[in-house]
Amino acid sequence: MTELTLLNALFSWAALAFRLPLFPEQASANAPRVDALYFFMLAVCGGVSIAIVLLIFYFAVKYRRRAPDQLAEEAHVPIALEWAWIIIPSLFFLSFFAWGALVYFEDAKAPKDALEIACTGRQWMWKFQHPDGQREINTLHIPIGKPIKLVMVSEDVIHSMFVPAFRIHMDVIPKRYTEVWFEATKPGTYHMFCSQYCGTEHANMIGSVVALEPHEYQAWLNGAATGSLALRGEGLFNKLACNGCHTGDAEARGPYLPGLYGRNVQLTTGEVIVADENYIRESIIKPGAKIAAGYDNIMPGYDGQLTEEQIIELVAYIKHLGKKYDQFEPVAPPTAPAPRPAGQNPDQTLPTGNVKPSATPPATPSEATSPRPAPEGARPKAN
Amino acid sequence: MIEENVSLPRIHYLNSHYGWKSWLFTTDHKRIGLLYMISITLMFFLGGFFALLIRLELLTPQADMFNADTYNKFFTLHGVILVFFFLVPSIPATLGNFLIPLMIGAKDVAFPKLNLLSWYIYAIGSLFTLWVVAVGGVDTGWTFYTPYSTTFANTHVIAATLGVFFTGFSSILTGLNFIVTIHKMRAPGLTWFRLPLFIWSLYATSIIQVLATPVLGITMVLIAVERFARVGIFDPALGGDPVLFQHMFWFYSHPAVYIMILPSLGVVSELISAFTWKRVFGYKFVAVSSLMIAIFSFIVWGHHMYVSSMSIYAGMLFSILSYLVAVPSAVKVFNWTATLYKGSVSYDTPMLYALGFIGLFTIGGLTGLFLASMGLDRHLHDTYFVIAHFHLIMVGGAVMGYFGGLHYWWPKMFGRMYPEWWGRLSALIVFVGFNLSFFPQFIIGYLGMPRRYHVYAPEFQVLNVMSTAGSSILGVGYLLPLVYFIWSLRYGKVASNPWMAKGLEWEAASPPLPENFLEQPVVTEEAYNYPIRPAQPTRHTGRLTSGLAQPADTTGKGREAEVV
Repeated sequence: MTELTLLNALFSWAALAFRLPLFPEQASANAPRVDALYFFMLAVCGGVSIAIVLLIFYFAVKYRRRAPDQLAEEAHVPIALEWAWIIIPSLFFLSFFAWGALVYFEDAKAPKDALEIACTGRQWMWKFQHPDGQREINTLHIPIGKPIKLVMVSEDVIHSMFVPAFRIHMDVIPKRYTEVWFEATKPGTYHMFCSQYCGTEHANMIGSVVALEPHEYQAWLNGAATGSLALRGEGLFNKLACNGCHTGDAEARGPYLPGLYGRNVQLTTGEVIVADENYIRESIIKPGAKIAAGYDNIMPGYDGQLTEEQIIELVAYIKHLGKKYDQFEPVAPPTAPAPRPAGQNPDQTLPTGNVKPSATPPATPSEATSPRPAPEGARPKAN
Repeated sequence: MIEENVSLPRIHYLNSHYGWKSWLFTTDHKRIGLLYMISITLMFFLGGFFALLIRLELLTPQADMFNADTYNKFFTLHGVILVFFFLVPSIPATLGNFLIPLMIGAKDVAFPKLNLLSWYIYAIGSLFTLWVVAVGGVDTGWTFYTPYSTTFANTHVIAATLGVFFTGFSSILTGLNFIVTIHKMRAPGLTWFRLPLFIWSLYATSIIQVLATPVLGITMVLIAVERFARVGIFDPALGGDPVLFQHMFWFYSHPAVYIMILPSLGVVSELISAFTWKRVFGYKFVAVSSLMIAIFSFIVWGHHMYVSSMSIYAGMLFSILSYLVAVPSAVKVFNWTATLYKGSVSYDTPMLYALGFIGLFTIGGLTGLFLASMGLDRHLHDTYFVIAHFHLIMVGGAVMGYFGGLHYWWPKMFGRMYPEWWGRLSALIVFVGFNLSFFPQFIIGYLGMPRRYHVYAPEFQVLNVMSTAGSSILGVGYLLPLVYFIWSLRYGKVASNPWMAKGLEWEAASPPLPENFLEQPVVTEEAYNYPIRPAQPTRHTGRLTSGLAQPADTTGKGREAEVV
């Protein structure tokens, strides 16, 4: 084990020295077990590679052709060597196999007391349903120190749930449940990727897992019911039947919104603009001003029909769907619910999250509880 | 190497007939080999061009140059073109076609017309693919996973699958031709264990081509049928099973990895022997290991599917079998290394490629062990670690082997030498560029960057920039040989057997005569029967030593070397 620690230290030094990340964070009970096997194989295989390369160098230099007609020298190499390098590597291979199978096997079945969360993948979003009915899109809140079992199914093509910090990976298949489980050990916000190619926006089928202390998770569960900005925006989105056209289907009449924020949008004029808050706001109140290429000018304008607050909520919701990596947005942002004066600059009121765990303080009970009653339809509905 | 007083034969296969008909209707295995070489070179640079575009997009975490759809088409075409239209036919159809009859002392392959037909079928398949490129591409990934490919993709999936379907037949016909040729047309005295190791590896490759490719053909047709006629085979919405597709696809595509790498393993065995002037150590082990790889390759496909919802017990079986297939590969590496021991090692361009190959193939193979491990694959599956691993095998392995072979047999094919200095430079550039391209990807992969992402998390950027820088160096390394090879056709120094290598193919003229040999060669000794010191100088005189250096102790060089 000392070699492994040494190797680990060496890599940590390398990581610091070159400011390069070399290993993902270990944030699940499973991660150290996977990494231990990885370091073991790295040590053995790295050692063998270096030995072979050095030996080739040594032979190639020592036995180089010094005169154009120098012949090879008669060499007596015992044929027993052949069997040695068949049998010894085979034994190592068997140890790799056994260890790998063990690591996999240990985590193949979820413990009986695991918290079950349903996960639905579709082009191109992740939808989660908590046992108490809380729903989220592209963000998954979980408590640490408790086994979590994801029961997953796809609505269309094959996706794959991948959380590098947890070292877990499982395909999400249409019309068939697959399971994966993990136990988070460290609070923080972690990448969640779809790793099975699933079509155009595959690279944007990403999200984050927010691992919370158990009491924070409980508070989030409570808070999720009252609704954050984005959450209220979602309620509004459904109430106004925006989801009737912005369905996310291939034949949808409205553009696909998740991932829109911060991305380039090509307009019918051929111009390419960045979908920032202002563009989204304008597209809600004056949809005809800038039409995304490939769509008709059929959306009614909401100018005068929505309060600024409501627009902020809608923008927050669409931004929340935005999946720029450095702007992961938990559903219950800590500063969300306080009523704000009308006309406030949205740029200042909309909190921006950060993927670094330290920069995203988890929601706390007092912050997550909104003094305002949730508007009708605020219950997030997967769409 | 210095060869004195070499001249081209007056009539050889290149100048025996003129006119386009003499090429397009030829049944000469050498000319068909060249037809293949020209076609796959086009495909190589087309597929490589897509790779450069992919790497350019990945310079930054955002989508700058291409939108998602374009990027998806690029990596799909990159994979389809380079796997099915370059790597699979590469060494067998070019070097194999050219060299098998020469190496076994035959006038041609067993079925010359079938051989020509296989090139035409390949050309039809390529045209389908080029048509797909021209009309807008395909975006399923080269793996065509269902139900995306059958139901959801809006691109030219059917044309692309038909292209792959057709080129599969060309692969089957080539394999069939080679098996029969190697069985029935060996020169008198050329027993199985006197065959060059290149022949052994192509024989093993041919077995896979004949047995596995039909499954790919069936799978491609089923995709087209489901897409076109909505018959439920893979799409669960129609009552099909999407995981079934993966089983069928990998039943071909895993053995296909060995279709790509086995010929290179054979080439490297030839190179190591020719540039140490020594018999390959453990010849029989190396020969049989090719067959073992071919056999095992059929029963490991499930290691692509550990996280596909396949039973974990099936996974364990596939895992242990995957480790078994690594044993014969390891045997080859150890034997090559041992061959260098007390050899007469020269550093000509082909040898540089071969040495680079051994290093990269070793690391590529060893990282395969990580992916064969179920516990690690659950993290590494579909990440850049996989990308780096298989590029080490397919590019660091198969392509390096192909380039090494091209340089080695170039004087045999055209009777002229490429410029040696430029050759060594290109080998060095390829090696440096390759490592810079793909080593960072192992780290990106373990960090968790999934494949087929055109936008990615900012923390992956530094490593991606390194990889992109490497790919442009690699591109230069591949363009150089294209230039100097073409240059050498006219201006290269005339050469016959510049390496003083053993083997029947070097007995023939360079370039070979249309009929290869004027008389039926008779083989009396095994391949690689190089004279060694301080062995008896007269032991190996005779036909095969022509052109070789005089044995050491008649020149006094032996004593000199002993002092060293």
